[in-house]
Amino acid sequence: MKVALFVPCYIDQFYPNVGIATYQLLKKLGCDVAFPLNQTCCGQPMANSGFSATTTGCDKNFVENFKGFDYIVAPSGSCVLHIKDHLKDEQNPEEAKKIRNSIYELTEFLVDILKVTNLESTFPHRVGMHISCHGQRGLHLSSMTETMDKPFSKPEQLLMQVKGLQLLTPERPDECCGFGGTFCVFEEAVSVKMGKDRVKEHEANDVEYITAGDVSCLMHLEGILKRQNSRVKTIHIAEILNHTV
Amino acid sequence: MSSRAEILAKVKQNKPTLVPLPNIDFNDLITYPDLITQFISVVEKIGGAVFLYPTEEDLAKNISLEPNETYNINTLNMSEAEKLSLSKVHSLDLERVHTAYFRGKLGVAENGSIWLDEEAMVNRVLPIICEHLVLVLDKNLIVPTMHHAYQNIDVSKTGYGTFLAGPSKTADIEQSLVIGAHGPRSLKVCLIG
Amino acid sequence: MENLKNHATAAEEFIKDEPRTDWHDETLWFVRQKRDLAAHTLPEWEELREWGSQIKNHTLSNLDEYLENFETNAQANGIKIHWAKDAEEHNQIIHKIITDNKFEKIVKSKSMLTEECHLNEFLIQKGIAVVDTDLGERIVQFRNEAPSHIVLPAIHLKKQDVSETFHKHLNTEKGNNDPQYLTEAARQHLRNHFVESELAITGVNFAVAETGGFVVCTNEGNADMGVNTAKIHIACMGMEKIIPKAEHLAVFLRLLTRSATGQPITTYSSHFNKPRPGQEMHIVIVDNGRSRQLGRADFRNSLKCIRCAACFNTCPVYRRSGGHSYHTAVAGPIGSILSPNLDMRANADLPFASTLCGSCSNVCPVKIDIHEQLWKWRQVLVNEGYVTTTKKIGMGGMAMVFAHPRLYRLLGSIGRKTIKWFPFFVNNKLNPWYKQRDMPEAPKESFRDWFKKQQK
Repeated sequence: MKVALFVPCYIDQFYPNVGIATYQLLKKLGCDVAFPLNQTCCGQPMANSGFSATTTGCDKNFVENFKGFDYIVAPSGSCVLHIKDHLKDEQNPEEAKKIRNSIYELTEFLVDILKVTNLESTFPHRVGMHISCHGQRGLHLSSMTETMDKPFSKPEQLLMQVKGLQLLTPERPDECCGFGGTFCVFEEAVSVKMGKDRVKEHEANDVEYITAGDVSCLMHLEGILKRQNSRVKTIHIAEILNHTV
Repeated sequence: MSSRAEILAKVKQNKPTLVPLPNIDFNDLITYPDLITQFISVVEKIGGAVFLYPTEEDLAKNISLEPNETYNINTLNMSEAEKLSLSKVHSLDLERVHTAYFRGKLGVAENGSIWLDEEAMVNRVLPIICEHLVLVLDKNLIVPTMHHAYQNIDVSKTGYGTFLAGPSKTADIEQSLVIGAHGPRSLKVCLIG
Repeated sequence: MENLKNHATAAEEFIKDEPRTDWHDETLWFVRQKRDLAAHTLPEWEELREWGSQIKNHTLSNLDEYLENFETNAQANGIKIHWAKDAEEHNQIIHKIITDNKFEKIVKSKSMLTEECHLNEFLIQKGIAVVDTDLGERIVQFRNEAPSHIVLPAIHLKKQDVSETFHKHLNTEKGNNDPQYLTEAARQHLRNHFVESELAITGVNFAVAETGGFVVCTNEGNADMGVNTAKIHIACMGMEKIIPKAEHLAVFLRLLTRSATGQPITTYSSHFNKPRPGQEMHIVIVDNGRSRQLGRADFRNSLKCIRCAACFNTCPVYRRSGGHSYHTAVAGPIGSILSPNLDMRANADLPFASTLCGSCSNVCPVKIDIHEQLWKWRQVLVNEGYVTTTKKIGMGGMAMVFAHPRLYRLLGSIGRKTIKWFPFFVNNKLNPWYKQRDMPEAPKESFRDWFKKQQK
């Protein structure tokens, strides 16, 4: 199975460990993993700010890098959703379409394609799950409190397989953290207030870690936790799933 | 061009291609094991009180025992002449009505509402302006949902009508529920049968 | 975005009082939870939403004919129909009815359309006072404020605020904050206005083409009390309020209040078909940009809205910024997709006042894709030039970097230490990110560097 790893720009630059954990985990699970070296960004930061018209070059580069693979996997629900919804390439419309249909968020790939049921990982800690909106409401990685779905969660299904891990759900299980792309700076006050409120609920559960499938949410929550000198740390779900003692 | 013509022309020009109406499948609607129990529980939840009477005579007996000093209006067995004169009374003269009695035409189990039309109200403002409201309803007239309600009644048969559910209420101050906003402070539902 | 006070600035002011913000958030979250409970009582909930959505889609696709049907049937019922192409015409029509009859005692129940048209201000300028009779609206009217929520107009206020307002205007006991006591005072005060009212203005929740009648929903009974007393009833109706048949009311009355407050239905769902003997009934059908919105394929289905405010209550941004930060009659997520149609320049900030979390679309009883429309409005606003130049340069720069892998790698290796090239990582005190959040620590190497080492 030829899998291309997409490591979104800010993970590549600021959270390489998330990329490493994803890479190692996929290898462990028997995938033939490639990392196309000229990849950059999915284009979401611009598009969500209203500048989708400027992402033609970015899109083209994405298609150039990721064409020809069976699957594309990324440790970010948000970037995957953006590609699924918005990737286009006028010169290569068929390739763009194929990519839109074969790109997966990591936990979705592990559950739906690899059908992982028995992970060999250990993480003996109290962990709070932050559900990222784009993963949940966009990619449907888990049921949503607003709708009448039967409860399910792909990330939690995987976390349940991790030895020693104690999973704790915040009071409002799927409220947005307030990152929101450039919202985090243009609406700084609301963004931070939303993040503080998320953090408070996890702290009330006395967690050691907050985990999520999106580094962007975690980066925002981490920034708040650090500023508050909190003992709670953030960790990407790939790092937990790849963790052994 | 008149505003009417201008608006309609613009709407005609801008409307999308015609799409069909959905088919509302009654088989998919909620069912209740016991309509009356469901109806009673909702009425109580929304601030009303329910009383059961085997027959309307039992209810009439009960009403006759109520203290007479208060200003009550009972429309249950009014003559046409009485109705005609009541229909013309202004709010100013109805403001002091203590209790008013009406016969509901249909009850809805899912939400505890009772359909009152103009014929039943006699005077449009009376069920709103009275301090206390009593609605009498035949048990057999309770349907499961609003879909069934609209199937069973013609809402345009009279000039005005309302699905009335509970006493008037508001939560506009800090979301604290207060019963008795502008309309009745209490609702009694008398189920007959 | 160059408003005098845009959403972000107003929100920042709102949040300064953090305990109050928490209270506002929790109060509205509680309403959202009540909505969830109510929706869960119906196994057919999701199907009901689908029916609601499809009925509205159908109606919009045949709107001109339904409007004409409605007009014909309403006129046959003895109702007078007026057409207003914009807010100004709407206000003038109402003003004329008032002055023709020389009425002075006017009551109005809640109508978001009259807020959208600024009817009260218009009439005040002509020397005519209107008494708002919904409790929440009366409170904000006393305070010279706009409603901050379309269903709960005074939700931004605490009972202490209401108590002070009522003490000043209704001479209630100073410091008595009991909602029961305060509501009773409003009841007595408004009762006098009701029983003397000559003209009553209401909104319209649903207008039925087949019958020529319309439905008004309230919990307080204020609409019915005013209308059933007054000699003239004027109902103000956005033209998208039409539905084809009376039986369709079942779908919408089941959805509306469960979505809005978690009640199974409002206390009064009143069906007005004909004026009572001796009464005059008027309906003002208003366009005010709606026909334009109908022509925008990406945004037309915002016209399906039934004004339940479920999207307000679920919105994490609304709950923490308050309705006034949206500076429009209809706030919240739905307001942010309706308002740019009314005035793109003035409301260019609103589609950006969202994290695009998508919760609004999930609770919408008529399945409006609200968060997707927010995204689409952003594209339109940028294309039309309604964003600041600094944002434009920043985004252009980013797009350029990401289109050129070598430039990206080069800037990455320099930038990780100085963290300059992401808009939210300018490492200085002026950076909004840094105000209340720390920066991520810059790692020694990128993932790419690590990966290349592995390959060797």
